[in-house]
Amino acid sequence: MVIIQIADLVVTAFPNGMAHYAIGGMIIGVGVVLIYLTTGHIVGASTGLETTISYYSKLKWFQQEEFISSRDWRTVFIVGIIIGAASYTMVLGIGQWVTEVQWWRLLIGGVLVGVGTRLGKGCTSGHGICGLASISPASLVNVVIFLGIAIIVAHLTELVGVIP
Amino acid sequence: MKQERKVLLATFIGGLVFGVGLAVSKMTHPEVVLDFLQLDDLGLMLVMGGGAVVAAIGFHVATRSGKAAPLTGKKYGLRKRDLDKDVMVGGVIFGIGWGISGICPGAAFASLGIGNYVIIWAIVGMIFGAHIHGFVKESQGN
Repeated sequence: MVIIQIADLVVTAFPNGMAHYAIGGMIIGVGVVLIYLTTGHIVGASTGLETTISYYSKLKWFQQEEFISSRDWRTVFIVGIIIGAASYTMVLGIGQWVTEVQWWRLLIGGVLVGVGTRLGKGCTSGHGICGLASISPASLVNVVIFLGIAIIVAHLTELVGVIP
Repeated sequence: MKQERKVLLATFIGGLVFGVGLAVSKMTHPEVVLDFLQLDDLGLMLVMGGGAVVAAIGFHVATRSGKAAPLTGKKYGLRKRDLDKDVMVGGVIFGIGWGISGICPGAAFASLGIGNYVIIWAIVGMIFGAHIHGFVKESQGN
């Protein structure tokens, strides 16, 4: 009986299965470790976003030594992500997919994500994967906050009838 | 090959793998992320957990070895950031944005890779957001 109840719970919590999530997550981890073991660099997508700005912005903030010295590999990392995801869909012949989330949500959400991840010193990859892997208190606090707030906001969005 | 080129090549290969992982786990789909945030499908926990566990093994084994990375000579260490008010306020702002849109930086780039051209709105937004942050920091004299 208990086993059936657990099985029911798993089906309810993971209606689309668990394997592709766990395997995909571990592949992401392998990518992080590959870069780490060869270069000692710890990746983070939002830092890459910011250092790329140093190529053209004259603001002193973006011309920090730390940004300039890491911008090349950080930009290459982002290009790798794009080509990696593109290769996967092409090799498997999955075909193009386009989101139904409204453009204004992507834009407004994007601006807040840009500000928040830079002020907070990391995002889902930097704090969520690499920071948690480092057992960093700052990352743990940041992740708990952004997860909690995002869950509340996503429910509110659903509540006011904005779908998907 | 020059050492600098090797660093970029290794980073590119790691980025490819990272992008494949994001595509396999469907984090490229804002809908899947929103399903998690609305607590209809908890899969994202497995993605973040799976990635963190694999990274943790690599980070800690290498750090404990006391060695340095072959391509840079950089000593292996862990990711450390100061826990201050910015980390908390930033987490709140990021959380609001993530809850509205279902996108985060790495996933947005992977999403572009699978042909989701509409995600450009989010990428432009994120770059603009990073500009706003830089502008504010600059005017505060940082």
